[in-house]
Amino acid sequence: MADKMSGTGRAGHNRPALAFHVPEPKFRPGDAVDFSDLEISEPGAQPRPDEGCAPIDTAPLANDLIRVLGDDNAAHGPWDPKLDPDTLRRMLRTMALTRAFDERMYRGQRQGKTSFYMKCTGEEATSVAAAMALAGDDMVFPSYRQQGILIARGYPLVEMINQIYSNRGDKLKGRQLPIMYSSRPHSFFTISGNLATQTPQAVGWAMASAMRGDSRIAATWVGEGSTAEGDFHAACLFATVYNAPVILNVINNQWAISSFSGFAGGERATFAARGVGYGIASLRVDGNDALAVYAATQWAADRARSNAGPTLIEHFTYRAEGHSTSDDPSQYRSAHERSEWPLGDPIMRLKNHLIHLGEWDEGRQEALDLECAEQVKAATKDAEKNGVLGHGMHHPFHTMFEDVFEELPWHLEEQAAQAIRERKIKWPQA
Amino acid sequence: MNMIEAINDALDIMLSHDPTVVIMGEDVGYFGGVFRATAHLQEKHGKNRVFDTPISECGIIGAAVGMGAYGLRPVPEIQFADYIYPGMDQLISEAARLRYRSAGEFIAPLTVRSPFGGGIFGGQTHSQSPESLFTHVAGLKTVIPSTPYDAKGLLIAAIEDNDPVIFFEPKRIYNGPFSGYYDKPVEPWKNHPDSKVPEGYFSIPLGKARTVREGDTLTILAYGTMVHVVSAVAKEKGVDAEIIDLRTLVPLDIEAIEASVEKTGRCLIVHEATRTSGFGAELSALVQERCFYHLEAPIERVTGFDTPYPHSLEWAYFPGPVRIGEAIDKILEA
Repeated sequence: MADKMSGTGRAGHNRPALAFHVPEPKFRPGDAVDFSDLEISEPGAQPRPDEGCAPIDTAPLANDLIRVLGDDNAAHGPWDPKLDPDTLRRMLRTMALTRAFDERMYRGQRQGKTSFYMKCTGEEATSVAAAMALAGDDMVFPSYRQQGILIARGYPLVEMINQIYSNRGDKLKGRQLPIMYSSRPHSFFTISGNLATQTPQAVGWAMASAMRGDSRIAATWVGEGSTAEGDFHAACLFATVYNAPVILNVINNQWAISSFSGFAGGERATFAARGVGYGIASLRVDGNDALAVYAATQWAADRARSNAGPTLIEHFTYRAEGHSTSDDPSQYRSAHERSEWPLGDPIMRLKNHLIHLGEWDEGRQEALDLECAEQVKAATKDAEKNGVLGHGMHHPFHTMFEDVFEELPWHLEEQAAQAIRERKIKWPQA
Repeated sequence: MNMIEAINDALDIMLSHDPTVVIMGEDVGYFGGVFRATAHLQEKHGKNRVFDTPISECGIIGAAVGMGAYGLRPVPEIQFADYIYPGMDQLISEAARLRYRSAGEFIAPLTVRSPFGGGIFGGQTHSQSPESLFTHVAGLKTVIPSTPYDAKGLLIAAIEDNDPVIFFEPKRIYNGPFSGYYDKPVEPWKNHPDSKVPEGYFSIPLGKARTVREGDTLTILAYGTMVHVVSAVAKEKGVDAEIIDLRTLVPLDIEAIEASVEKTGRCLIVHEATRTSGFGAELSALVQERCFYHLEAPIERVTGFDTPYPHSLEWAYFPGPVRIGEAIDKILEA
């Protein structure tokens, strides 16, 4: 009778009943928020091992939290990258510009100029500071919330907006969902909507670079939710097996749409700790501390460049906004989480650090924010000259059939002719 | 030269010819592959060019996509076509669309080699013919050779191609052309004219079919192992059939198909894969759309059954001479 369930789901014997566990986040809408049980280390207290150390030597750091900036706004400890004030100001400016860009594009989506947008508010350091610690020709395989990398690498804002508007200036020919940029000249790999697929690709690119005796390394970014995909595990395996010169960044922003990090296994172990099991050097950093992110990336890049192998970095941060413009986080999480997040805001923390150093002040910050907003506004106006989504100023129909293959085969030529024939009937005025 | 030797030769030539070609897969390195297709290549070209991988099809194809984006021409081996599914997303959503989604900025010029098809007592997990799943994907090319000569020339063309190619090797005919009679010994390739493979570099363009035998009564469209089975059956029945070996399913040589069916007025399509939504369905629709007024009989399909490949009953499943013979009779009597 063991194959028959009783009314309670218990088989008919006297062993204790098993309990099924479904993770549940600590706070739901309307709940008061208390993050006091989060273990947040003292800034500067974490040791900085040599870049060439054995992966296992990083195990304590995979469970700790590397921090540099303290509540006193000073930089502390061996992970302080000791950046000069100009570099710090450039970092602050790039992060502020990224935020201004997000604000404007979010509004653009609400105004119907495009279908979709994703902000990275609160996570700017994880892309901007990381990009600044890499060489400009290191290949990055981003996920969808790393617009800060493109901005840090000087990609024209107007090109980003053209892509978001899918207009006739979009060099991706209006094929990709907004924010899924690509720029080979900026060593920025084309973004996929299928999660974590870029991770084994980044490892493969890094393997190829090593095979060819190149000096460039690869880096990839994936959300903590997406580490559940098989691709991420294949990427870790290939990275360790071939000692690939790659940095695997996991952005733990606590939320994968409405699923909290517990559904990716975050209740049981840190995401960084997964790397240790693969034999990958692993660091867990305060993702809202731009100096810690910079230092960890620099450490990992040095390690990769000296053939000491891959590094997995978990950036412990918080997704301050919704997942995308199609998401309403007030439906599933407490509105207080954002304001109560104990690691603060990355832009404010860096600003306060510069002020603490006597290299910045509130007046200059205000002017910077204004200047960033103006810069984005001007780029938006330029991009709008090329049209916005759905307003007819798109690419010729024939382009829809191009780039499927290098050369157009007969069946696509026939289908292209059909689309162009239909155009005359569907849009006679065009 | 048998088909394995031809494939090995093609890989050897491409490794010598183009420093960006790399070979990767389970067991392909030191051991030279379970079918020996990569034998001695690591010895000759080094571990940087020919290397073993973890048993992770997602990792193999995913890493190959990244290598392709770097500028290499990876030739990953998937040990059996039945194992390709864990790597499908990387092939379908990534490799096949990379050029399109980046508007030509990034390409994935990889050639995935994989033995496929049944008839070797491989059971349900070593016998599948999944080619139609790939022909349904925009951006992938599907190539299937049927002779050592074609295997070498088509594989070289596939590796040189800037689009991702899936290269299915009909493992039943690795060692010799197969007549479809499971209880008769397979004639070794050395007795077959297509086993005379020129030395050195040559290629056969993708998208061009091969007329195996000219005829006036009936067109038979086939590929891989089935080319040899239908040839044997047509000969045995004394039918003046025109046999077309498609060689590549995507891109398809529609001109060769149309010209032949317009000449003969009759069309039989034969493949080993399961019937429903198999590539025969596509071929049948194309012939009907383009050659209807030339047809003198309904188009017939001979295929495997819509079941998994049964281990002990594989010869009952296999679309052999009886099934093909009946279909020929039916078409000729119509």
